[in-house]
Amino acid sequence: MGSYVPSTKEQRWEMLHAIGMENIMDLYKDVPSEMILPEGGLNIPEGMSELELTRALTEVAEKNIVFKTVLRGAGAYDHYIPSVVKSITSKEEFVTAYTPYQAEMSQGVLQSIFEYQTMICQLTGMYVSNASVYDGATAAAEAAAMCKSRKKTVTLVSAAAHPDTINVVKTYCYGTGDEMRVVPAKNGKTDLEALKEMLAAGDVASVYIQQPNFNGLIEDAEEIGKIAHEAGAMYIMGCNPISLAIMKTPAECGADVAVGEGQPLGMPLAYGGPYLGFMATTKKNMRNIPGRIVGETHDKDGNRAYVLTLQAREQHIRREKASSNICSNQALCAMTAAVYMATMGPDGMADAANQSVAKAHYLAKHLCEIPGVSMVYDGEFFHEFVTSMPKQDEVLAALEKAGILGGLPVAEGVLWCATEKVSKNQLDRAIAIVKEVLA
Amino acid sequence: MELLFEKSVSGRKCSILPPCDVDSYQLCSCTKRELPLDLPQLSEIDITRHYSALNRRTHGVNNGFYPLGSCTMKYNPRINEEIAALPGFTGIHPLAPAYSTEGCREALQLASKYLCEISGMDDMTFQPAAGAHGEFTGVMLIKQYHQAKGDTARTKIIVPDSAHGTNPATAAMCGFEIVNIASAPDGCVDLESLKAALGPDTAGLMLTNPNTVGIFDKNILEITRLVHEAGGLCYYDGANLNAVMGVVRPGDMGFDCIHMNLHKTFSTPHGGGGPGAGAVGCKQFLAEYLPKSASMDGEGHIQVRSFAGNFLVVVRALAYIMFLGKEGIPEASTNAVLNANYLMNRIKGTFEPAFDVTCMHEFVLDLGNFEKETGVSALDVAKSLIDYGMHPPTMYFPLIIHEALMLEPTETESKETLDWAADIFRKLYDLGHEDPQYMHDAPHHAQIGRPDDTEAARHPVVRWNQQD
Amino acid sequence: MNFPEELKYTSDHEWLKMEDGVAVIGISDFAQDALGDVVFINCPEVGDELTAGEALGDIESVKAVSDVLSPVSGKVVAVNEALIDNVEMLNEDPYGAWIVKVEGVTDTVELMNAADYEAFCKEA
Repeated sequence: MGSYVPSTKEQRWEMLHAIGMENIMDLYKDVPSEMILPEGGLNIPEGMSELELTRALTEVAEKNIVFKTVLRGAGAYDHYIPSVVKSITSKEEFVTAYTPYQAEMSQGVLQSIFEYQTMICQLTGMYVSNASVYDGATAAAEAAAMCKSRKKTVTLVSAAAHPDTINVVKTYCYGTGDEMRVVPAKNGKTDLEALKEMLAAGDVASVYIQQPNFNGLIEDAEEIGKIAHEAGAMYIMGCNPISLAIMKTPAECGADVAVGEGQPLGMPLAYGGPYLGFMATTKKNMRNIPGRIVGETHDKDGNRAYVLTLQAREQHIRREKASSNICSNQALCAMTAAVYMATMGPDGMADAANQSVAKAHYLAKHLCEIPGVSMVYDGEFFHEFVTSMPKQDEVLAALEKAGILGGLPVAEGVLWCATEKVSKNQLDRAIAIVKEVLA
Repeated sequence: MELLFEKSVSGRKCSILPPCDVDSYQLCSCTKRELPLDLPQLSEIDITRHYSALNRRTHGVNNGFYPLGSCTMKYNPRINEEIAALPGFTGIHPLAPAYSTEGCREALQLASKYLCEISGMDDMTFQPAAGAHGEFTGVMLIKQYHQAKGDTARTKIIVPDSAHGTNPATAAMCGFEIVNIASAPDGCVDLESLKAALGPDTAGLMLTNPNTVGIFDKNILEITRLVHEAGGLCYYDGANLNAVMGVVRPGDMGFDCIHMNLHKTFSTPHGGGGPGAGAVGCKQFLAEYLPKSASMDGEGHIQVRSFAGNFLVVVRALAYIMFLGKEGIPEASTNAVLNANYLMNRIKGTFEPAFDVTCMHEFVLDLGNFEKETGVSALDVAKSLIDYGMHPPTMYFPLIIHEALMLEPTETESKETLDWAADIFRKLYDLGHEDPQYMHDAPHHAQIGRPDDTEAARHPVVRWNQQD
Repeated sequence: MNFPEELKYTSDHEWLKMEDGVAVIGISDFAQDALGDVVFINCPEVGDELTAGEALGDIESVKAVSDVLSPVSGKVVAVNEALIDNVEMLNEDPYGAWIVKVEGVTDTVELMNAADYEAFCKEA
């Protein structure tokens, strides 16, 4: 069996004797004996050495198929991850530290979070960012909770948002006993007329939309903000962070809260996690945002110092009156995002965004030249789009056989995605396979 | 030290992407951002040196002793990092076709099977991303259960006053009223208070056992029986599972659902505050209420996070369990308890334990008397430890002890480390009597002196170059 | 510790002064001392209806938060905006740093005079 206990058998005896005990199980004398498992009573396999462990789990990993080309997004995006991102974020101190409660020995982690917060503010145009939440879906749910007031408790969510986000917001609303209503989509985008009608009741606390939306389409985000504000509701925008390098920021669209899934900023697909929920808001709402926040201050000698601040918002002080119970977050993923943004820089971020747009449009154009393939929606899209095509299952199977993960089958057709990571050659090959199957 | 932004030089950059090999596409100008994107402009060497400097200003478990109570700062095995970085795990799209993700699903099934066995539960979800998130999920199981039975009068969750702040915050997020019950003098649940709180409006009880003062509640079977008798369910907060895994199972204590902090008990790293994973297990009768992902499994269930949760964290925990196996798991907890008792005994006679009994994996020192004698507070002692390269214990928790320091050494510390730590505590006890001012001013050799928290909260500066 | 004669006090450590039918409300010297350095105050808005004995807002220190209970029922006619940017006034001059002014007072919690309140604080 494997063990990480350093004390030798002799030392353990010595320690036991020092506390006046003979048997290690004497430590459990308060535990009713009928509950204690017999020795070896745990029905799991025997332990193993490090080498055996590596063999066993490598074998499990190899049962997965890693596609060389990924043309599927739908909430998890295959962007290129620069080498420095991986090497920096695997440094042992960063990996093994806890939440920086003791500022005097945690300035490194605290400063890295302060830098992350600044970058999220720069990306979104908002005033203040928290230190991260679990993922994009929970960020939306936390934002919805933060916007509720005594008088207004209803959350409106666009049907064109990610289905997981809708379901998570719905779950959080069910928790507090508040209502979530889904705003229908029209031509793949949030139906503005329906939105206006649903706001008329006057009980709406906030409106959530996703930009670009689940269908890849670009929403009329500024207009939606105006509509929400006219009805006295807060406006929450869920954004793809890569798109923000070139697209109108939530601040420019009038958002009260900007949230999103930070996974595209240097995190691998990893079967869904760990990912990163980012969350930023206006100055006015600074003391309502949940989660940890790092602030700048000075130490007693006047040196610049960073600390966890505005803690009176949080559960360990406010207990049942806190609007969220979050404590652990996704700190190392936030650092990953910060290193990614620092490495790409403003031009590199815009380049990744523009290349993703260019490649998605190249793919869409050439797929639609194939007889039988057409775009489902005619709106402007970012790096995802939905096509309809005959023999959809056969097409996807043929692509997979060639090492290409094609678009995601959705109700209306196939949802494709392209990022800067795929080359023209890879796209041409995928297009050729689709053409061949449909010939 | 300077911030990344202060090191930025206009025009400097890293070479990462090739030129675009397809025609560019211009989105409508109406969608373009006008706000300049002010990210730092740096070369690779600027970036790596910056983070190396930050890394030097960070204290992790591998730097030294980290007895932060209730956080289980045990060794984070390097092999688990290597396994979690295998391309066969990192390169898998969560919505890839099932036949191509067999390995991921097998890893999750194995982890579920082993963790169910360890906790005495029947089914499990890995969606929750942290302990508090697991609490939310678990209490939502309780909510759904009562609602499905039409039992809408059950509106209250009972929480002991020694509980972590997440417990009442969680119950509130699930729409429950909180009934706080007082602890008995020994820090355990006061059975009379519990009985008085129970009734037809009881939805459930949230409890850790061992509790937040590090004591195993010997009345546990009676407690869970009383709650069940009143029609409520019992939720186990797994924050302190490291004391008992492989020795006694929460399922056998009478609990109906549980969360486990994989980043505490099962050795996955804390990452400066996350990501963690809060696996939630339950007995069979609650399994139908477990969350599922709308995009992976379809509609009709609650959901607390996108996709399948923090998958790579679960992989690390699985590696840990497979490595230790059926003998190694109890070996870890029994040694965690041994280390805590040994350290408590070595300190005793100076700082006094709040409860002078056999503790579990952690114990609380009550510095109330010491503070009265010397004027030196628990905070001063904590800050003084920093000068020795030791991370301070958890301070001022649980709230029922006023000058509390809570120590959890974990099983991965050697006897030599515990002896070293005990000697430092004893030294500080004497120093408090000799030179209290020196301790008020501590730390003396740290990265910074004590920061001004009041200024930070009164006039928050929460980003570089903040302009109102 | 300071207990001005002209004020009335609650057992929750708020002070109250009636000025031409308008109730002026703040927190006592004892309260600010117990809270420590105050970092933020959540105030009601002008026009809000307050209920005697219920929270009108809360006060945050670095490590704690506590409700400010309204001594009266009535309508908020003014909020001390200066506190938003200068919350330290609550520590420095608790009796100068009023929080809200309330009109149309219908109900009042039990109040103490300065001497009784001073004795009450000594016991606490």
